[in-house]
Amino acid sequence: MRVTVTVNGERREADDVWEGESLLHVLRERLGLPGSKNACEQGECGSCTVLMDGLPVCACLVAAGQAQDREVRTVEGLAEGADRLAPVQEAFVEAGAVQCGFCTPGLLVAAHDLIRRAGRPSDVEIREALAGNLCRCTGYEKIMEAVRLAAARTASAELSTEDTP
Amino acid sequence: MTQRTSPERGVREPTTTAAAAATAVTGGIGDSARRPDGTLKVRGEFAYSSDLWHEDMLWGATLRSPHPYARILSVDLTEALRTPGVHAVLTHEDVPGENIYGLEHADQPVLAVDVVRYQGEPVAVVAADHPETAQRAAKRIRVEYEPLEPVTDMVAAARGEGPPLHPDGNVVRHLRIRKGDAEATADVMVVGEYEVGMQDQAFLGPESGLAVPAEDGGVDLYVATQWLHVDQRQVARALGLPLAKVRLTLAGVGGAFGGREDLSMQVHACMLALRTGRPVKMVYNRQESFFGHVHRHPAKIYYEHGATRDGDLVYVRAKIYLDGGAYASSTTAVVANAATLGVGPYTVDNVAIDCWGVYTNNPPCGAMRGFGAVQAAFGYESQMDELARRLGVDPVELRIRNAIAEGDTMPTGQLVDSAAPVAELLRRVKNLPLPPAVRTEPVDVRELPGGVSNTTHGEGVVRGVGYGVGIKNVCFSEGFDDYSTARLRLQVIGGEATALIHTAAAEIGQGLVTIKQQIVRSELGVERVTVQPMDTSVGNGGSTSASRQTYMTGGAVRQVCHTVRERVLRMAGRRVGRAPDGLALAGGKVVDARGEVVADLAEVLGDEAVEATEVYRHRPTHRVDPERGQGNAHVQYAFAAHRAVVDVDVELGLVRVVQLDCAQDVGRAVNPQAVLGQIHGGSAQGLGLAVMEEIQVVDGRVRNPSFTDYLIPTILDMPPMTVDVLELADPHAPYGLRGVGEPPTISSTPAIVAAIRAATGRALNRVPVRPEHITGT
Repeated sequence: MRVTVTVNGERREADDVWEGESLLHVLRERLGLPGSKNACEQGECGSCTVLMDGLPVCACLVAAGQAQDREVRTVEGLAEGADRLAPVQEAFVEAGAVQCGFCTPGLLVAAHDLIRRAGRPSDVEIREALAGNLCRCTGYEKIMEAVRLAAARTASAELSTEDTP
Repeated sequence: MTQRTSPERGVREPTTTAAAAATAVTGGIGDSARRPDGTLKVRGEFAYSSDLWHEDMLWGATLRSPHPYARILSVDLTEALRTPGVHAVLTHEDVPGENIYGLEHADQPVLAVDVVRYQGEPVAVVAADHPETAQRAAKRIRVEYEPLEPVTDMVAAARGEGPPLHPDGNVVRHLRIRKGDAEATADVMVVGEYEVGMQDQAFLGPESGLAVPAEDGGVDLYVATQWLHVDQRQVARALGLPLAKVRLTLAGVGGAFGGREDLSMQVHACMLALRTGRPVKMVYNRQESFFGHVHRHPAKIYYEHGATRDGDLVYVRAKIYLDGGAYASSTTAVVANAATLGVGPYTVDNVAIDCWGVYTNNPPCGAMRGFGAVQAAFGYESQMDELARRLGVDPVELRIRNAIAEGDTMPTGQLVDSAAPVAELLRRVKNLPLPPAVRTEPVDVRELPGGVSNTTHGEGVVRGVGYGVGIKNVCFSEGFDDYSTARLRLQVIGGEATALIHTAAAEIGQGLVTIKQQIVRSELGVERVTVQPMDTSVGNGGSTSASRQTYMTGGAVRQVCHTVRERVLRMAGRRVGRAPDGLALAGGKVVDARGEVVADLAEVLGDEAVEATEVYRHRPTHRVDPERGQGNAHVQYAFAAHRAVVDVDVELGLVRVVQLDCAQDVGRAVNPQAVLGQIHGGSAQGLGLAVMEEIQVVDGRVRNPSFTDYLIPTILDMPPMTVDVLELADPHAPYGLRGVGEPPTISSTPAIVAAIRAATGRALNRVPVRPEHITGT
């Protein structure tokens, strides 16, 4: 079958998609977007987290056909521009929240979504929001630090934007 | 230097020592330099082994044994071969070279012949044009088995009971350590039996890689591994090819923790690629991953500790059984660690330890972070707590009283000849601030055991505090020729002196790529350092395990920098007409002893590239003698101590670790941020073993091969940590550094279990601790 989906603002088509394929498989193997990861492919680890119509989902649990005519945003679409990083991406690098990095794309999408929804989340809120994203390297300490940092920077950036007449 | 970070109470910046400041180079040693691969990783552009793609590639799949032990009566490939889209179906008959491999002993077939020895053992492989087609075709292979009674009891196997699974019987290694008086007696005696469940590395990036057939009849393999050259050796032997025709390049590695030291899909993908003449990609899914790599040896441990009434240890006796499963992997070295480190970081005059590693039909076990030291530490630290209880003394004071120190000897007779600040680590971790007492009102259920399950509002919740300390050897031991190789090229690129550093040492997430850059920047005073892809076109880098890469590959990088620097300074000396002795490199310049610039490095280099390769070896170690286990087996010892604070819902048996603090000596923090990352991550894996993680094996069968049923700590399970880092230089090691990665995994488990015991009064002699162990139901 053919699947048409808007990915990171661009309308994309995938042909010869087998009905059993997941959105994750289509992104990774047919659309050249391997940023979303395949750590469990059963909705437990969050490494394939993408935004579908603005909501975080595990792309491994979305059948490719379910993504027809939807808007999908992946880790590759978080930054605005090829030479820029989104605040949450910048914070992950700076805080040392990236080791092997396999959980990173999913965590970035989830954290980006959290900060957009909650502004300056408390530590308990960060932990609750990211509980579906497993990381095996960092013990999560630097991830907490990175999310706090990104939230603070995003809030102050918005504040300064509001100040501008 | 002391670094303390306590993120939930605000971050305190690391302080810098005078020594570090003296050699400070931006992005050099002692700086928390950023990872060179960090930007790619956060953009989703870093190419992991499962992301690889090649024009015209096929997908491989593996058929595995459903039985823990069975004879193979027949294999029928007809239907699999008939499946549209299938290009090859291969069995042991198609292995081009020797159908045998293994890390230390070659005892494992690439594809099973006549018999399968564990559930999940590979029997056949398939290549097809779609991964699902390959999986379906594999299921159509008809294998007729005659199931046999599996050997599953490690203690019985050590006694020689049951059928031998390999020609030399089921004991892979029995190691005896004897020191002092075997008949020593003491005022107080504590006897304990302990069990450690089978832990999984649970790295997130699944086993995967891409094999590309080459025109010379060889193969290029892009793979996630911990040790390219040991893979190359085993793959070449199985393919019947010379080493030069089996070229490996490290693909992006999604964690390892020991689980990628053995082969998984390497030979299979190469066989399929050579047979079909097309590139073949193999990617395990999570379930297959649980069968596709070795695990941490489960253990049964019997300890007897004798002490004076004042609390001085008089003797330690132990029997340690480690289940190696169906194939040896690194069992012999795991046995060595459990035995030689079996009394822990304590001085004991009279020691008798027997440790067995055995074959069974359980899943194969091998390397996992902490490697034999983890199992023993749960036993000996539990014993120390029980001894303290019996003597009525503080458990930390008892440990400090018996703590090993520099100048003491180990049970192997080996002198501890560099810093061993065990007592200091315990004092430091004990003095870190404690969290506030159990909260009553207002209650946020998210901060209580059970969390949003809303199982308690504080009633039935009891707090406990516990301590643990551990010891680990760094680098390869027992006479292994342990070395690493580094190649460096210094040349002008775009008008700027640039260093290209090339090693085969695997970056698995820990940040060795950053460390290499930092060392080159500090040693050569150049800012631009390019890390070249890790592959087998440069000499062996050794394994990324045993907390050894910063020590070993760091040592090799330092050495090659010195060689290159010497040549460059000679060139500079000739150019400016001065003796090279008083010259140095700094900030892209050649400077004299007073720091005055005498030449620009780029001008000195001109069109010339200065290139060198160096091999670094640590000081030699020796096998221990077989009768008494005496000898200088280890290169370096490393220590960490933990304090755990837990809240336990004693009615439901639910545990919440409230805080987990650590003090560790790292000799020299080459990258302080990465050091903290190792301590946090290692501690989290120890937490997992304490309260959640176990591969449940019943009659040789794995019952929980998924992240639904095998639980690793989430961000809700892992508490905030305060970390206190000591830097007491080891004069034998490059830059005085001490291996960092493993010690925190060793002491966090016993600390957490001790805290749960303190809260509940339960004996808790098995990890992971389950709710029913706490409630007694």
